[in-house]
This record gives sequence, C-alpha cells and structure tokens, in this order.
Amino acid sequence: MPEARGTILIVDDEPQIRRYLRATLCTEGFEVLEAVTAVEAEGLAAGHRPDVILMDLGLPDMDGIDLTRELRSWCDAPIIVISARGQEKDKIQALDAGADDYLTKPFGTGELLARIRVALRHGAHGAAKESVPVFEMGTLRIDQVHRAVTREGQPVHLTPNEYRLLVTLVKHAGKVLTHSQLLKEVWGDVAGAQPHYLRVYMAQLRQKLEVDSARPQYFITEPGVGYRLRTEG
Amino acid sequence: MAPGVGKTYTMLREAHHSKEEGLDIVIGIVETHGRADTQRHVDGLEVLPRKTLPYRGTFQEEFDLDAALKRKPQVILMDELAHTNVQGSRHQKRWQDVMELLDAGIDVYTTVNVQHLESYKDVVAQITGVIVRETIPDTVMQRADEMELVDISPDELIQRLKDGKVYVPDQARHAIDRFFRKGNLMALREMSLRRTAELVDADMRRYMETERIQKTWAASERILVCIDTKESSAKLIRAGHRMAEGLKAPWIAAYVETSRKLNYSEARRERLEENLRLAERLGAETIVVQGDLNIADDLIALATSRNVSRIIVGKPKKSRLRAFLTGSILDELIRRSGEIDVHVITGDSEDVEAEKQKAKEGRVSRTMQPSTLVSLYYVYASFVVALSTGVGFLLAGRLRETDMLMVYLLGILVVATRVGRWPSLYAAALSAIAYDFFFAVPRFTFTLMGLKHLGTGAVMVAVGAIIGNMTERIRRQARLARIREQRTLALFRLTSELTRNADSASMVEAAVHNVETQFQCKAAIFLPDAQGRIKLKPGQIPEGFTVEEVGVAQWCHDHQEPAGFGTDTLPGAKALYLPLRGTQDAIGVIGLRPDGAPHWTEPDQNHLLEAFANQAALALERVILAERSARVQLDVEREQLRNTLLAAVSHDLRTPLGAITGAATTLLGDQGRLTEAARTELLETIQEDASQLQRLVSNLLEVTRLESGVLEVRKDWVPVEELVGSALDRLRSLLADRAVKVELPSNLPLVPVDPVLLEQVLINVLENAVKYSPADKPIEIKGWATDKAVTLAVADSGPGIPEGEEERIFEKLVRLSNGKSRTGAGLGLAICKGILEAHGGWITVGNRPSGGAQFLMGLPLEGQPPALPEEEAADA
Repeated sequence: MPEARGTILIVDDEPQIRRYLRATLCTEGFEVLEAVTAVEAEGLAAGHRPDVILMDLGLPDMDGIDLTRELRSWCDAPIIVISARGQEKDKIQALDAGADDYLTKPFGTGELLARIRVALRHGAHGAAKESVPVFEMGTLRIDQVHRAVTREGQPVHLTPNEYRLLVTLVKHAGKVLTHSQLLKEVWGDVAGAQPHYLRVYMAQLRQKLEVDSARPQYFITEPGVGYRLRTEG
Repeated sequence: MAPGVGKTYTMLREAHHSKEEGLDIVIGIVETHGRADTQRHVDGLEVLPRKTLPYRGTFQEEFDLDAALKRKPQVILMDELAHTNVQGSRHQKRWQDVMELLDAGIDVYTTVNVQHLESYKDVVAQITGVIVRETIPDTVMQRADEMELVDISPDELIQRLKDGKVYVPDQARHAIDRFFRKGNLMALREMSLRRTAELVDADMRRYMETERIQKTWAASERILVCIDTKESSAKLIRAGHRMAEGLKAPWIAAYVETSRKLNYSEARRERLEENLRLAERLGAETIVVQGDLNIADDLIALATSRNVSRIIVGKPKKSRLRAFLTGSILDELIRRSGEIDVHVITGDSEDVEAEKQKAKEGRVSRTMQPSTLVSLYYVYASFVVALSTGVGFLLAGRLRETDMLMVYLLGILVVATRVGRWPSLYAAALSAIAYDFFFAVPRFTFTLMGLKHLGTGAVMVAVGAIIGNMTERIRRQARLARIREQRTLALFRLTSELTRNADSASMVEAAVHNVETQFQCKAAIFLPDAQGRIKLKPGQIPEGFTVEEVGVAQWCHDHQEPAGFGTDTLPGAKALYLPLRGTQDAIGVIGLRPDGAPHWTEPDQNHLLEAFANQAALALERVILAERSARVQLDVEREQLRNTLLAAVSHDLRTPLGAITGAATTLLGDQGRLTEAARTELLETIQEDASQLQRLVSNLLEVTRLESGVLEVRKDWVPVEELVGSALDRLRSLLADRAVKVELPSNLPLVPVDPVLLEQVLINVLENAVKYSPADKPIEIKGWATDKAVTLAVADSGPGIPEGEEERIFEKLVRLSNGKSRTGAGLGLAICKGILEAHGGWITVGNRPSGGAQFLMGLPLEGQPPALPEEEAADA
C-alpha cells in the first residue's frame, strides 16, 4: 500500500454514510478516522491532526455549526460540511463559521473527491500561502505579478473591482465563497454593500472571460450561497 | 315552613340515607349554628371547603361554586336556598348557584322556608307584618323534582325557640319574637302545607299527562296582566302568577307604551323595568305594546291575537269626575272584552300615597331640568299676547270689540302650537286679562266682576287649554313617532350593513360599530372556538375590555344567560354581556361597556338591544355556517388531493426503490457470471433511479413548503443570465448531449427575485422540456424585457401541449396523456406556478407555430436596484 494521501476525519452519526465514505476514501488511499459525536470529533482532531474534516451538521450532541466554530479556534484543518439539509441558510452559516466548503447529500463520489482535493491543496500549503503568481485555467491566464489577464493570448481589460474579484476567486480556486466573504474581500467593510454588486461584477467577468456567459465553465453560481471558481470537471 | 323546624337536620338525615345507597354526596354548604345534633350528622359526610372573600375589611366565607363544579359529585347539599351571597361571588343569590349546579348535572338537596317564595311575599307581609327581602323565584321551586315538607306544630316550635334550639342572630331577636307568634306560625304552616299539596297535585297531573290518562280538561287558558309604572303593579303580577299556576296556564305581562312615557321620571321608568323583570322572573312572557290614544283598544287587540282568556287589571284610582272627563280604561276594557274575563284587583292604598308623592317628585324634577327653556316659553307667550294687543290697537277702529277676541285666540293658537300646553294656558289667561283691560268696554279698566267678561275670560282659558292639550298630544305623538322611526332606522341600518358583509370578521365589525353608535358604549363580540372557549391573546382583547371581562363573557356563553353589569350574575363586571343565539347554536357573546350610565335600561331600548343582538346573531350564524361549510369543502378537497398525492408518490417512490434494490442484490449475489456490460447496466440503473428519487423527494419537500405557507421569498436583484446559467450548470449532466440555444439581450435589467427559487423554476421547466422532446432537437431559451416585467421563454420541439390542457398542466399530479410513460409525480410545473405566483409573476404555456411547447415566465419589475458605486479609473 502506498503512503497515505492524507488523513480524513469523518464526523457523522449515520452509520450508512460513514460506511460509504470509509469504503470510498480508503480505496482512494486516504487514512480514515471516524467520529459519531462532537466530543469524539474534538478528541480525534486534537490527537491525530487530520488533513481534512468531513462533518455532518446534525450531530447528536452539538450543532455542526457550533462545532465548526469551536474547531476553528484551535485547528486549521479544512472542514467540508456534509449536510442533508438543502437549505442555503445553513450552508452560509457553516461557511461563515469557518467551514471551507460544503456538500449537500446526496452527492457523487467524483464531486466528493474534487472537494477533498481542493481542500487538501488549500490546507497542505498552509492557510496563509500567497497565491501563485501566475494562474492558468483553460485558455485563461492570470498574471498577478503584472496584473495582466489574457484570454486565448489576447489581453482582457478589467476594472479594479473586477480584478479584485477575480483575484479573490483565484486565491480560493475550487472553493465556495459566500456573498459576504466576497463582498468583504472586494469592497472591504463598506456598509451597504449589496449582494447585487457582486452579481453585476460577476456577470461582467463572465462576459469578458467565459466562452458562453450563459453557460459558464469557470465562474459557477452556488445559488443562494455564493460563487466558486471551478478549476476542474 | 319557618326557621327552627329542623330543615337542615332533615336534609342531613336524608343525605346519610343516600350515602348508604352508594351515592357520591358532598356538603356544599350547611350551617349547623353550633348545634350538636346537627353537627353529628355533618360528621361522616364530605364537606367542600369554603371560599373566603374580602368584604368591607373583613373576610367572609362563602360557598365555593367552582370547587363544587370541579368536584362534580352526584348530589350536593345546599342549605338555605334563599341566601344572598357575599359580594364578589359569581351570583348574587344562592339559588343561582344551585341552578348552575343543576345545569352541570349535579343533583341538589336544599332547604327553604315558605315565606321566601316570591309569590308568597305579599301574603306573608300581610299576615306577619314582616317584609321578606330574600326571595326566590317560583320557577326555581318548579325545578324541584321532589319536595318534602318539614312540619312541626306551632306550639312545639315555640317551645323549641324558648329552649334555645332555634338559632337566632342577636340583632334579629326582636323581629324574630314578633315573627314567632302562634298566629303567624299557623298561617305559615298552612301556606307550606298548601304549597306542597299544590306541588303534589301538579305532579299528579303531570303524571296523568305523561301516562295519557284522559280526563276533561279546562279549556286552555291564557292570562294577560296589564301592568304600568306603578309599584302596585307588582301585586298584579304576583296575582297573575298565582292564577296562572293554579290554572296551569301560560301568562303574559303587558305594558302599553304611550306617548306619555316620554315625560316619565327616571324613578317611574325604573319601576316599570322592575315590574317587567319581576314578571319575567315569575315565568311570564313580557310584552311592551306600542300604543296611543286608546289603551283599552290596544289591550283588547293584544288579548285577541294571543287567545287570552282572562285579563287582570288594577282597580282604577281616578276620581269619578276625572274618569268621566278623560274616560276610564277599565270601563272600556270591560265593555269591549266580550268573551274574555276581566279580573279587577286592588292596589295598596299606601302605594297610592307613595305613588302620588313620587309622581310629584318626578314632575318637579322634570320641569326643573330645562328651566331656562321653560321660562323662555313664558316670555314668548307674553310677547305674543303683547303683539296681539298691539294688533288689536291697530285694528281697534275697524273691528268690533268681540273681533278682538279672535286676535287673541289667534295668539293663543300660535303659542299652543309652538311651545305647548302650559304656556298656552298662561297666554290664554294673560289674553283674557289684557282683553279685559284694553278692549272690553269700559276700556283701560278691569271689569272682571262683570258676568259677561268673566264668561269671555273663562272661554278663552278653556280654548287655550283645549288647543294646548291637543297640540301637546300631537307633538308628543310626533316625538314618539320620531323615536320609533329612529329605532326602526337603526335596526334597518344594522340589518342592511350586516347583509352587505360576506365574512364573519367584517360582520362582527359592522355589528360592533352599529351597537356602539346606537347605545353609546364600547362594544365587542366574542366568538368562541370549536370547543366553545372564548380564547383571546392579550393583543386581541378589544379596547375597554380585560381578561377578567372575557371570563364573564365565557360564563355568559356557557350558560346562555346575560351576565355582568346590571344583571344578577357577576354584577361587578364593567360591561353587560348578552348571549348571541342563532337558530341552531350559540354563536357568541356581545359585550357592552357603557360610557357612564348605560343607555339600554329602558324597556324600549332594552328591546331594541335584544333585537340588535338577535339580528347580529342570525346574520353571524348565516356567515359562520357558510364559512364552515366552505372550510369543510376545502378540507375534503385537500384530503382528496392528499390521498391522490400519496398514491402517486408511493408508486413513484416504490418503482425506483424496486429497481435499486433489485440491481444491488443482483450485483451482491454475482459469482463472476455477470458480464462487464451487464454490471455497468445494473450500476447505471442504481444511479439513475437514485437521482430520480432525489428529484421526487426534493419536489415533495418544495410542494410541502409551498402549501404550508412557510415558503420564504428572499428577493434580491439578480441578472437573468446568472439564473439561466446556474440552472443549466446544475443540469449539465442531463443536458450533456443536448443543444441549448440561449438568446438573452445584454441589456436585460436585473430582476427582483429569490435566486434559489427561480433556479428551481428554470430547472423544472428545462427538465420538462428534456423529458417531452426528442433528444436531437435543441431547447431554446429567450428573454425580453418591457417596462413592467422580464419574460423568459423556454421552448422545445416536442409534440406540444394538447388543446385545452394549457391550464391543467400546472395542476398537481397532472401528467398529460399524450406523452409516453414518464416518471415523476407531476409536481414540477405546479411548483413553478406556486413559486412564480409567490413572486407576483406568472407562467403560461402554448404551442409554437413551428411546433413544440413554449413556456413563458413573467417576472415583474418593481422599483430599481440601488445604483452601483462609481469605480476609480481602470488600472488593469
């Protein structure tokens, strides 16, 4: 058996889901830890320093959102929330509490692995890593050293806000970012910043950078939650 | 029959017998007055704890009605039925407590002395000289199933009194001694014996009736008691009651309301009300007849219409002369009564004196009131006489002396028509004097002594009086007519406003408003819930009412009797509560809280209030029934829908579950026999059916959210392109091999929608298009904007929608028959419709000329999105 690709802590009280995740992740070469309760999860997280935490929001002894907040205070492992609730409010709460990403049950294995890969990438190189100076994605090339963006080799003109938005997405490439996180990054703590600013700028980015802005490949909308820069699939 | 005969003792002994027979029996209230032999009988019986009420700085014990109702024994002992409760109790009288206990299905043993019966009050007062204040209505006694006479001889009772065996409060010692005379006791004994005999007789007759024993019966009798505002009417009422009892006949107490009533003093009106109430208490039907001019006619008309066989009237007290001049009601009544017997009964002489006194008081207070106005009338009268004199002077040369009289008469006529009887009489007198002085020869001297002029003066005064009286009467009639008209108008207004309102809430509002303006009070209507409870949250309690008041309303509703202010039940309440009775059911309660003195104490106003309450109750019953049946209809429909939904859903759930289970078990049981292709096929089945299940479940959740009304629309300004884009992205595996043409103008405005819900709409419509069109034909999405809305069109090239199905397709569980067998419970488009309607938008479907169905979704534009902040110069 090759060296483990990483340690993943599964926090879920549903045995079927744990079984499925264990089987899938072990096959993929991960080392798997399992916790049923929040207390167990905290013990395992402290003792084993997992690389990624997969967490269900409905736990028997504590709300997943609260557990996220608690773990965040001392543990920097990326947290991917797995929830059967399809409600956007919960997702946003979890993300704003410090979770890195979310998956809504039911989800496919491909989607799960893609999220874990993104999480590992962001987690393994340290949270404070400065983004790569040159980011390439399909025909897009974003050179942060020269603040230059090209599409199929042609320079694309972006406004400062558009550029800031793009850079923020690139920095967290593959990860979902909530409306409020993006607004804060791009407009700062300006009171009265409205979610529709973001939508308008996102539409402009799509117009300028996507092949078909009505069927975006990169700038993906997570309805009611935020946006994600898709780097694969 | 009298205190000290051993009623309580007998009752307790009876209770012990009942207890031995196994009845659940408790003592509600029994006074032993510390007598050992009575106390001995109390022991061994359960005694309900009493309630302590604060009363004038001390605490008084009283029977606890609520505790008794809660304990709900089979039988309860209630000593001293005629007892008056301590202030602050629910009812004023103990017999009312007893009635409530009986209504609650609890049997009651109680004790009462014969002199406490309402109809014996007068007789007892006559015989013993003691006026009994604590009385109980005879109707209460009629509810007794059994009556047991506790009888001892007067001598024995007096002996017991001497031995100190009779409890007597110290302050009453003197009165009691007077009461306990042998003659009195004998009379009381006779009364109670007779009363018991009557009851036994009545029982016997009831028995015969129920057993259908034929016997010749007296022709059915009906008694009419004519009452008025006099105190002596109470006596007539009691006499009527006794006669009615004896004949077992229904009886009516009638009052003829004439225009004169307008002038009655407050005291007289109150007395009239008291009389009517007394009659009601004694079981009479009370009627107020609107009459005038000829009271006898009105009474006879009433009597004939109600098949009355006997009329009871009071003895007239008019002097013979007055009767001759103004006519006697009694004479006329007797003359016209025909078949009907007329009984004439005396009023008390003392009463007459008091009556006169009171009438005087009444009159004084009446004339005192508008005194300034009245003195103005006299000034006016004087002025008219002066004017007549002036005219007389002007015409003096041309007219004869007697014609002058005509001028004065004209003046008197003017005064009479304008200001009324007394001023016109005054004007007549003044005219006589003025005529005498100014015009009668010899002029400018008083020649009053002259026989001729004396006659002239007398005629003048008589004319003044007659005209004055006539005009006064006409004026009164006009006033009465006006009042009646107002009353009719008020009722009419209420009825028409009530019929105009189709739902109960606005009807309640209309009724409350009408009652408030008519009776100058704060009104509220309380409607109970299905369990008959009047439940109001603190914010719902109408202005001017409190939680305690609502409790009174609840009592009123529970017992279907008036309660609160001005009644015998919970009189401490701030408002009067009347039950609203419909034809079938109790509807609710109306509460009236007067501003100052209540405006409904007079009988006519009281009747008007009753009419109001009746009208409101009937109208409310009508709409409540209509609303209820509509609700039931809706429930039935909902239930049917739920059943269909359940059936469809269980089918749609089982099918993919069956496929998944089957495929999975095949795979598990595989021992290397399955080909690779078969394995893949099975695995694909599992995946497809699982995603189908997921769609179904999320659709069901969505429908539930829409239907339960918890759907929250969180609007935001969103680009249409983003909505379309995210929907297409989510369906990218479904649309992988499908051409999708999107045409959205770049200048489409932002739309104010909930992005999550709108994405759902687009997904459902797109899924529908994929499902119902061939895989090689493209799906087209277009958008355009007007000032008011943005329209999105999703078109396919499938078979289109059959004619006439354009509406039905958006109903739940509808799958059009022309398609092949498809999956899904037919919820998707219903959800779209629900979501768009929640946005104030719409969705329609039609067929394109080029073939295929086209869904049009309208998203209304309201307001403007806040402008984006200006950006600094571009630097990238």
